[in-house]
Parts: sequence; structure tokens; C-alpha cells
Amino acid sequence: MSSSKIASKIPEGNLEQKWSKYRSTVPLVNPANKRSLEIIVVGSGLAGASAASTLAELGYKVKVFCFQDSARRAHSIAAQGGINAAKNYQNDGDSVYRLFYDTIKGGDYRAREANVYRLAEVSANIIDQSVASGVPFAREYGGLLSNRSFGGTQVQRTFYAAGQTGQQLLLGAYSGLQRQVGMGAVQMFARHEMLDVVNIDGVCRGIIARDLVSGKLERHFGHAVLLCTGGYGNVFFLSTNAMGSNVTAAWKAHKKGAMFANPCFTQIHPTCIPVSGDHQSKLTLMSESLRNDGRIWVPKRKEDAEAIRAGKLNPNQLKEEERDYYLERRYPAFGNLVPRDVASRAAKERCDAGFGVNKTGEAVYLDFAFNMKYKYGKIEATKKGISNPTEEQLKSLGHEVIKEKYGNLFDMYQQITGVNPYENPMMIYPAVHYTMGGLWVDYNLMTTVPGLYALGEANFSDHGANRLGASALMQGLADGYFVIPYTIGAYLNNEIRTKAISTDHEAFVAAEKAVQDKIDQFLSIKGNKSVDYFHKKLGKIMWDKCGMARNEAGLKEAIEEIKALRNEFWNNVRVPGAANELNPELEKAGRVADFLELGELMCLDALKRNESCGGHFREEYQTEEGEALRDDENFKYVAAWEMLELGNWELNKEDLIYDNIKIAQRSYK
Amino acid sequence: MSEQNINVTLKVWRQRNSQSKGGFETYPLNDVSTDMSFLEMFDVLNEKLIQEGKDPVAFDHDCREGICGMCSMFINGRPHGPKQAVTTCQLHMRSFKNGETIVVEPWRAKPFPVIKDLVVDRSAFDRIISAGGFISVNTGNAQDANAIPVAKDNADESFAAAACIGCGACVAACKNASAMLFVSAKVSQLALLPQGQPERKQRVMDMVAQMDNEGFGACTNTGACSAECPKEISLTNIARMNRDFLAAEITAK
Ligand SMILES: Cc1cc2nc3c(=O)[nH]c(=O)nc-3n(C[C@H](O)[C@H](O)[C@H](O)COP(=O)(O)OP(=O)(O)OC[C@H]3O[C@@H](n4cnc5c(N)ncnc54)[C@H](O)[C@@H]3O)c2cc1C
Ligand code: SF4
Ligand code: FES
Repeated sequence: MSSSKIASKIPEGNLEQKWSKYRSTVPLVNPANKRSLEIIVVGSGLAGASAASTLAELGYKVKVFCFQDSARRAHSIAAQGGINAAKNYQNDGDSVYRLFYDTIKGGDYRAREANVYRLAEVSANIIDQSVASGVPFAREYGGLLSNRSFGGTQVQRTFYAAGQTGQQLLLGAYSGLQRQVGMGAVQMFARHEMLDVVNIDGVCRGIIARDLVSGKLERHFGHAVLLCTGGYGNVFFLSTNAMGSNVTAAWKAHKKGAMFANPCFTQIHPTCIPVSGDHQSKLTLMSESLRNDGRIWVPKRKEDAEAIRAGKLNPNQLKEEERDYYLERRYPAFGNLVPRDVASRAAKERCDAGFGVNKTGEAVYLDFAFNMKYKYGKIEATKKGISNPTEEQLKSLGHEVIKEKYGNLFDMYQQITGVNPYENPMMIYPAVHYTMGGLWVDYNLMTTVPGLYALGEANFSDHGANRLGASALMQGLADGYFVIPYTIGAYLNNEIRTKAISTDHEAFVAAEKAVQDKIDQFLSIKGNKSVDYFHKKLGKIMWDKCGMARNEAGLKEAIEEIKALRNEFWNNVRVPGAANELNPELEKAGRVADFLELGELMCLDALKRNESCGGHFREEYQTEEGEALRDDENFKYVAAWEMLELGNWELNKEDLIYDNIKIAQRSYK
Repeated sequence: MSEQNINVTLKVWRQRNSQSKGGFETYPLNDVSTDMSFLEMFDVLNEKLIQEGKDPVAFDHDCREGICGMCSMFINGRPHGPKQAVTTCQLHMRSFKNGETIVVEPWRAKPFPVIKDLVVDRSAFDRIISAGGFISVNTGNAQDANAIPVAKDNADESFAAAACIGCGACVAACKNASAMLFVSAKVSQLALLPQGQPERKQRVMDMVAQMDNEGFGACTNTGACSAECPKEISLTNIARMNRDFLAAEITAK
């Protein structure tokens, strides 16, 4: 039984009909009333930009906030590989049901059926909408859209624009947003950071934001507030997220009553550039699309791995039979295209066993030589009528194809590492990438605070315990373009009589004062450690004890260590500068203060989930072959945490019901 | 290729805010790993300044992957520094020599006023996009994505123009502070697609008008913009925009 405090509000009826029926029966708000309803959208990534422009098109008055200097720079811009959609343009057996099924299975049976089905249903519209707004997706010579495959699927349903899919999709959504800004339907607040939500009588009525240039605090009223503020992977300090990505907006909402769901479900991406030293500020992803053509391996013999680490052996010298293509070996059906959690753990397993190939021992190879020569080289040679191509010819013909497909990623790799990936296999290692957990939302995307919504990576809704590649872009745009414009009507049609509340209301005054006090406190501590010092320490605790593998003892230690670190932070952090100016250190301090609280909840969640599923791997719960061992009897639920006070959370369970999928041990063998 | 440590001297532009007059400060920095990115080197500098009780240097950055367009340092007289086709965040210290003095300034262009230190205000770019850098299609109106095939060459060329990250290096590189490369990249992206045709003429006129309003200078074809552009946006985009603009003006009259 689900906790009585949460109601998922999943519509009645068949899975296939829930959404279409909902759409045609949801109460509407008439156009005249929309003009007096104000909506605050925090975040301008795929979720925020698509929601804001669509709501403005419908006639609502919209305000958008982002902390970067332009809406176009939201972290979505960095997504590389692609976006899924059940178009079945390749005629390879794809369908709404198959996308739904793959997503539920990929998420290790910890996502809500109805939400995921809706996501799969609207996925095709996203591609239509994006193409109509000028997104230049990759095309075939016939002029039609091109697809590639991603992990965890056996069809080609991923649409892409070279390795810059997120950029192109976001610029599409951003241009729609700027069009509304130009028409005066959206008011844009760039270089603004939301620092609290304002609730009145248990209902969300606005936010407190800081103008990051002047430092001034501002109060903004809204009939509804949408948090589209992205994921919290930066709690680990090192991740593939942008430097500014943070949990602050979601966390402030959590502290004001919004439950936080499955916080420990973190995605560790298998193919990132390994850490190079202590100065490292972030990690760079090498897109999953590379696994279409790159084969992952380590040496078969430990001596060879040691020789490579010592710089005495060049990996190109190792013969085929001296290499262990461990994913192909362990998972013959999916090979290099197993889901991310599986691929990451397999890399860790090899490196822990002593087969790592860089100086830290934490890297494996991602090798393109084989496909460069024998797949693309051969095809090109045939096309050009070269009957007996030499190895060199094959290589140079294949080189061109690889360059066209992944050129920007190869350039980036070379830029960062100084190594040419056309000549040497890439070195990669898993890194924190995405957070499946987030604010708990119902089918309408509303949190447990009425009027407060969460969209995109900021909510927990669709990916269960592990997200499949190319599904986050899909979810962000689904939420913003096609879900919230309907579901918000169900709430706002009861709000048409609510007059805009003055921001002189005592709730706004009190919230602003609390924010001001926190800022003053940061500046007054004048300790002798920088914000980054604490962030790095927190990151290390999280990576070591709440990262790719977790166990009870480690998690318990981590909770104590985080509490102690938090205490030290509030006594010894040094935040230079003043409140009334552009002050990046002050911004960071606020974010790290929130990470220091979130980290504790993540460990608590991981501790209470006595099973392994998706990205959550508890060492105590594994099969003999080292695969994750789920416990559906006891843990087939969403863990929605309510904060009673800091350090004291109450667990509310939302039971997951699978009517349409037979829940099974996930196998990619 | 292999890691080393070098010593450098940084001369960095410091400016409290848009009203105040700025100036250079000199900071020696030792033991800089050549594996560090340029911005990681600034992290180290800032850490040191904080330890010394001084104000760290404010600079814009976010993705550190060369895609968000936020980083914007003018390094040794060149936007994004000495390397071709690389943003500041993707520049690594292996591109510098031991003992080198590195001068770091903000973008300098009237339409990009300095906010603090190396941070400038590029909101003019957003306003240019608002003036016309879009296709007027409301959500829900789209037909099937494969209904209109697009020749691969056009799609590829459109994509190449769309790769602009809006960083403003083109403006900073230009002695006239012209924004032609940025504007023409967006105009071209949409002009090359069938979806962009209905508004093609209006778009170019509106965007150019806004560009002029913001105070960007005229283009005198020096090509510095494209040479310094981290995404190698091509000058042919400017030529295409000029053609479109002329055509639009003639038919408008
Ligand atoms: C390197 C990388 C590559 C990826 N590649 C893919 C891919 O190929 N396919 C895929 O499907 N997914 C990919 N992902 C995941 C995907 O990019 C993200 O999950 C998704 O873009 C998140 O979108 P969003 O709209 O939810 O949030 P974001 O794009 O992160 O936007 C967050 C917004 O919130 C704002 N914000 C945050 N906090 C505040 C605050 N307190 N006040 C004001 N504003 C705030 C920010 O300014 C920003 O505008 C990738 C992720 C990374 C890191
Ligand atoms: S054209 Fe090039 S230099 Fe100019 S804004 Fe775009 S990416 Fe930057
Ligand atoms: S920080 Fe994003 S492009 Fe440099």
C-alpha cells in the first residue's frame, strides 16, 4: 500500500487510453482568464524553455529564471548523443509499447508505468516539433532523418545532430522562448538565482530570487511555480554536469514541504575521460553513441596491463587474442551496448581486479580501430570499387567515416588529453552523469506542495533506477512541450479567482529575510577554507561510499562524515566579497551548503534500500555472477522522503504497480 | 603529451563593476600542470587569492566542454587564446611555455559592457534572437518530421551554421565590434531549411535592424571574426546574409 500522504493521481482506464482520455477531459482555462494567471518557470533548459514558450503561446503570463547569462546556456546544451522517439522510421520493429517497455526494463522496474507510457506516446511529437522549429537533425542522402542506436535497446530510434544534439534541441526551444520574450509574453530573468519558494497557507505562491549582478533579492508572485532546474550530480563535485548545476531550487522546495524521491538513484556513465589530477574541476563525457562503433577492452593478462600503465607497452601492439572485450564476453546479446549501469560496473570490476590501463589504474580502452578498418573501411572500399584494399587503405577510408560521425568528440578528446584517438584507443572511465532521483511528482508533475511543479531532470518520474541513453532530452521536452500545458490546467482552472498576491505579504517578507540572513551568515564566518575545499571533500565521501558500489557500513560512515563536514563548513568556510555585487564564491557557497544536506539524504536512501537495482548497487545484494539483485517483494516502491527537520526524514512509499509488463530479472546476456 | 609543471605570470584585468575604471593586476603562478585547462588554472589562482584574503577573479564559465558559450577570455590579444577552434575552457596549459606572461582581458566591445573583471553583458545577442531568430511555430502544429525531406547538403550546412555557441568572440575579435558572423549564422541556419522559408525576408531585416540598434559596428570584411571563432563559423554565412538582406530590401520597397 502506498503512503496516504502521496497520491500519484494516475488516471483510470487502459494504459493506452489514460493520456488521451485525460487530455480530452481535463478542465480547461478560458483564454481571457489565462491572461491574468501568472506562471513562474525556474530554469531554461529543455524542460523550462519548452514549458515556458508553450505556456506563453497558450496565453499565460510567464516569468523565466536562469542563473547563466542567457537562457541558451542551460546545461541541456551539453547533451551530445541524441534523443529517442518511437517513430519507427527504420522499420525495425519499434513502437510506443517497445519504447515504453525498454524504458521500464532499463530503469530496472522502478518507474511508474503510466508516466513512462505517456512519455513514449508523445515522443514522436517531439521530433516533429523540433524539426518544425528548425532543429537541423542529421539526415540521410535521401533527405530523411537519420537514426542511431543507444544502449539498452535493439532498435535504432535515436535522432541526433552530430555529437551536439542537446545544443541543437535547446537552441530550438530557446528560439521559441526568445520569440515569446520579443512579444512580451515571457519576461526573462537571466543571471538570477532562485533561493527559496514562498508558500502561503500550504500553497506555493512564488519565489525569492537573487539578481546575481546587483546582489539584490527580489520577490516574485506566481499562481504556479515550475522547477525545471536540472539534476544534482554535482553533489559528487566531479561529474559531467556543468559547473553551476546544483540542487538548490529543488532542495529549498524540499525544505518547504516537497518530498524528494529516490535520491540515491544516480547514474554513473561508463564512457568519460578519466581523472587527470587534483586540479580536475569536472569530467567530460564521451557520448554513448561511441559505443556503436567503439569496442571496450582491457588486456587479458595482468602483466600487460601493468606494462601499459608503466608506459612500457603500446596497446596497439596487443593482438586480438590478448585483449579481453569483457562486455562482449559477459553480455553477448547486447555486447558493448548494455545499459550504462551494467557497463560502468563491469569497468570498475576489471579495474578493481588490476586490469586498468592508465597511470591511476582507473581506465579502460574504447577502441575504434576494428570498425574503422573492417566495417567502414570495407564499405567505403566497396563503394569506391577498390577490390583488394590494403590495411592502410582501409584505415584511411574508415577514418573519414568515423570523422564525419564523431569528429567533434574525437577533437574534444584530443584537446583534453593531448592524445590522438584516431591512432590510439581512447581511455575512458565511469563518471557521475545524471540523477534519476528528484522531487516527487504525481501524474500531473505536481510535487507534494500544491501549485509547485517539477519538470525534466529535477523530478524523479520516468527513469526508475537507471536512465537509458537519449531519454533525458526526450523527457525534458515531453514534460515541457506536451505534458505540463495540459496538466497545469487541472490546477489553474481553480485559481482563476485568485488575484495576484502582493509581494508585501508577510510570507514573502519572511522568506526574503531568511534568505538574507543566510547570505549574511556566509559572509560573516570568515573562516580559512574555501567553498571548493568542502565541495571536494563531500564529493570524495559520496564517490567512495555512495557511488558505483555501496554497502551498509560505508553508508553509515558517510552519514557521520557528512554531518561533521557540514558542521565544519558552517564554522570555517571563507566567502570573500560582499552581498551586493557579482560574487561567484557566494553563489557556490549557497549551492554547496545545500549539497551538504542532500548528501546525507542520499546516503540514508541508499542505506534503507536493501537491494540492488539499476544505478543503485549494494554490495550485499548481488548474484553469483556479480549482477544486481533486486528485491521486488520488499522494495518495489518509490521512496519519497519528507523532511521533518534537517537530519530527520520520514519515508513515504509509493507502491509501483505493473499491470502491463511482466516484471522480470533484467538480462542483457 | 606527457604532463609537466610550468611557471607563468598572469596579467589579469580587474574591474569592480561597470562604473569603475579597471586595470591590470599581475599574479605569478608556479607549478601549473600542463594537463590543466586554462580555467582550472584560474581555479588555482582564485583558491590562492582567497587564501591570501583577496578578492578572486570573476569570470564566466559553465559547461567547460566548449558548448555553452559562457566562457569568454581575451588571452594574449586573442579571444579564447592562441589555439584554433578552441574555447577558453577547452584550452589547456600545454599550449603555453614555461616562464610565459599571459595577458587576460574581458571581451572589449561597446555592446558588451563589463560587469566585473572578465565578465561582460552579452544580452544584446538574446535581443537579436528575439527580433527574428526563430521559426514562428507554436507547439502542437507540427506535421510529421519526415514529411519534408531536406537535402543532406543543406541539412549539413544548416547544422554547421547552427553550431554557433553565441560566445561573442567574433565581436571581440573585430575592430568594428561587428556581430555579423553571429547574426549570419542564425540567418543561414534557418535560410537553408524549408521550414525557414516563409519568414526568410522578414527575419533577416528584423535581426539586422536589432543588431544595428544594439550598437554593433559595420562589417568591413577583415575576416577576423571567422578566424577567431571557436566553432569555425564560415564567412560564407555573412555573404549569404548580405544577399538575403539585399533581396529582402528590394522586395520591401
Ligand atoms: C555531458 C552530458 C551529456 C548528455 N547527453 C545526453 C544525451 O545525449 N541524451 C539525453 O537524452 N540526455 C543527455 N544528457 C542528460 C540531459 O542533458 C539532461 O538530463 C537534461 O538536459 C536536463 O534538462 P533540464 O531542462 O531538466 O535541466 P537543465 O538543462 O540542467 O537546466 C537547468 C536550468 O535551471 C536553471 N537553474 C538551476 N538552478 C537554478 C536556480 N536555483 N535558480 C535559477 N535557475 C536555476 C539553470 O540556469 C538552467 O537554465 C546529458 C547530460 C550531460 C551532463
Ligand atoms: S559566430 Fe563563432 S565567435 Fe561568434 S558567437 Fe558564434 S561561435 Fe562565438
Ligand atoms: S564554459 Fe561552456 S563553452 Fe566554455
